[in-house]
Amino acid sequence: MEKGELKLGSSNFQFPVSLATISAEGRYDDMMNTFVVYVENKPGVLTRVASLFRRRAFNIDSLTVGRTEKPDVSRMTITVDADHDQAKRIEANLYKLVNVLLVENITHSPAIVRDLAMIKVAATHEARSHVLELAGVFRARVVDVAADSLTIEITGAEDKIDGLLDVLRPYGVLEMVRTGIVAMRRGAKSPETALGTNALPQVTADDDVSYSV
Amino acid sequence: MTKTGAQILWECLEREGVQHVFGYPGGAILPAYDALKYSKIHHVLVRHEQGATHMADGYARASGQVGVAVATSGPGATNMVTGIATAMLDSSPIVCITGQVGSKLIGSDAFQETDITGITLPITKHNYLVTQAKDLARTLREAFYVARSGRPGPVLVDITKDAQQGSCEFDWEAAKPQLPGYRPDLSPAPKEYKEALELIHNAKRPVILAGHGIIVSGAMQEVRDLAERAGIPVALTLLGLGAFPASHPLNLGMMGMHGEAWVNNAIQEADLLLALGMRFDDRVTGTLKTYAPNAKKIHVEIDPSEINKNVKVNVALVGDLREILHELLPRIETVNRSEWLDSIDRLKGDSAVRDIQNLPDSGHLYAAHVINDLWRETRNGNTVVVTDVGQHQMWEAQYYKHDQPRSLITSGGLGTMGFALPAAIGAKVARPDTEVWVIVGDGGFQMTMSELATVVQENLKIHVAIINNGYLGMVRQWQEFFYERNYQATPLLNPNFAKLAEAYGIRANTITKRSQVVPAVQSAREHPGPVVIDFKVEQEDTVYPMVAAGASLQDMIRRPNPLVETAEDE
Repeated sequence: MEKGELKLGSSNFQFPVSLATISAEGRYDDMMNTFVVYVENKPGVLTRVASLFRRRAFNIDSLTVGRTEKPDVSRMTITVDADHDQAKRIEANLYKLVNVLLVENITHSPAIVRDLAMIKVAATHEARSHVLELAGVFRARVVDVAADSLTIEITGAEDKIDGLLDVLRPYGVLEMVRTGIVAMRRGAKSPETALGTNALPQVTADDDVSYSV
Repeated sequence: MTKTGAQILWECLEREGVQHVFGYPGGAILPAYDALKYSKIHHVLVRHEQGATHMADGYARASGQVGVAVATSGPGATNMVTGIATAMLDSSPIVCITGQVGSKLIGSDAFQETDITGITLPITKHNYLVTQAKDLARTLREAFYVARSGRPGPVLVDITKDAQQGSCEFDWEAAKPQLPGYRPDLSPAPKEYKEALELIHNAKRPVILAGHGIIVSGAMQEVRDLAERAGIPVALTLLGLGAFPASHPLNLGMMGMHGEAWVNNAIQEADLLLALGMRFDDRVTGTLKTYAPNAKKIHVEIDPSEINKNVKVNVALVGDLREILHELLPRIETVNRSEWLDSIDRLKGDSAVRDIQNLPDSGHLYAAHVINDLWRETRNGNTVVVTDVGQHQMWEAQYYKHDQPRSLITSGGLGTMGFALPAAIGAKVARPDTEVWVIVGDGGFQMTMSELATVVQENLKIHVAIINNGYLGMVRQWQEFFYERNYQATPLLNPNFAKLAEAYGIRANTITKRSQVVPAVQSAREHPGPVVIDFKVEQEDTVYPMVAAGASLQDMIRRPNPLVETAEDE
């Protein structure tokens, strides 16, 4: 497994205790949840989704939107800090939006999660080779070279990018931009079935409550 | 067939079964009004767009059909906001049609332009901006479908002036709703039924919490069957009143902040709460930390986002209540719960309501007298009571016994003062053969009393009972309990309401004594037109019992005895 890649196991995966805090009731408390949300590609849908999070006082950490293989469907990857019950309600609330087609909480699923960053680093003559070497270690690419700076493009999980940033900071990060994460489930399973046949996804909670949405 | 957008609008409304709309014209909606001439739809001219939305809401709640309100762009649309939010919080199906400036002017801050779809985004179930006539038919069909299906709610359709003026081919059949992501038809899994049944059969001290969803779903008979078969007492939310007959031996009455002590105590002592179409509002639960600590909870609810929102439940049955009860009922076993029912009956002796209800006529006129006498007079009729928000609303809930669904219309979730009079107009338009009584405070009445003109213009026989205590009574009560009787901004200097009503051509009188209440009610019922009765009641009376906001349900503030004695002494 590549360094910094989000380590997620099979569908029966137990989240490592070290990655989440446990509350007094023994529940997993606030943690980052990753939702993949398929929406109708219509004006105003992004506002509706963003407004929902604001209205229900859930704090979005990252939100990305883009096209999918279907022209009338857009896909969002949303990461949000929420406890277990909140995550369930975020999902249910997303479904209440008329333009939302499908919601997948892939937090506990094997998934590929990627963020892209462009980092402009001050790189004087003597520092340049060190910066290039570090970029190489992280499998980042140099996309622009100027007299006293280098622009590095890196794709990967968030902690990998954080790692590169940490080692570049001493050289002087002049400018940085990140896209926010996009995510996709591993394996052959695609949302095609759920999107195409109107089959309702069955959502079953891991504890004492279950319901269908 | 080619039609203008304006013609399509009314034709679609007719095809959706709309017979009445409540509206107010203006520049951006004028093309639609121009085409109204050729429609069979009856238009009720309101005096303020807020009134139009409450009327549509009252119409929907009285009839179960979608209510429609129409307004122009800008201020016309923004005036609708309060009514839309009211309908949203109480899951009332209304469709609001607003005019919008021409599509080419959108974003230019044109005269009377406002982003009403943006403004109403969080307070509508869904909303639309239509900029072309050809999109109108499908959008309106979707709007009605979304408003009335699943958990009902308000939908706003904002139509630009050029979309109303433009022409296109009108084909109703081809304009079917296209809502691939909208799933109002949920149903629980077999496993969940099994779990629910197990909890019900094992419960020794169960209580049904009956909410608005029973009325929306039309599950009154099913709930009654369930309660009788399983021997479970029923406590109701404010909006649930009428969902289970008040006269039924298993009816406990209203729960929550102003619920009777035995109701709240039964909930706190219960080992199972069976919540049917209710959402554990904070006015119902008190503090969640101590809410029904020994009870398992089953939540039957159509909206999955309500599950575990306020109260963590053991089993959630998500879907249409009536369908779920149809599934459950044949599997419900009869259980003898006489011990539990007897213990509740014993608690019933401790009634705060009876204290004041049975007071002799000692010169003091209490709101409780007015409402209880009104109930005795109208109980056998086909009556709808529409209340506003505040003390009178709670007294109505306590002293008027509702046996029929849709016989109480009130703003619960949003608590919108000014709701009653316009909502009653909507109710009367929806059910012209029903006797409609407005019970309203002197504060709330003055928020929308301009709609008296609508009552007269439409020649509606509506009875308005103003519970006039010269205060914003519920706020005063909170000041009394929690702000050391610092009555800031709560005393009201009121007009002479009788004279005011007479100025509109409405018959009116002023009542100050209990002995006058019944004759006044009788005379109003016999009068062919609308009547306003100004009941001047005890000024500093208080709604008891009360659970303070954030307190435990069992910690109720009770009516102090001295007040009762004072009344008897005189």
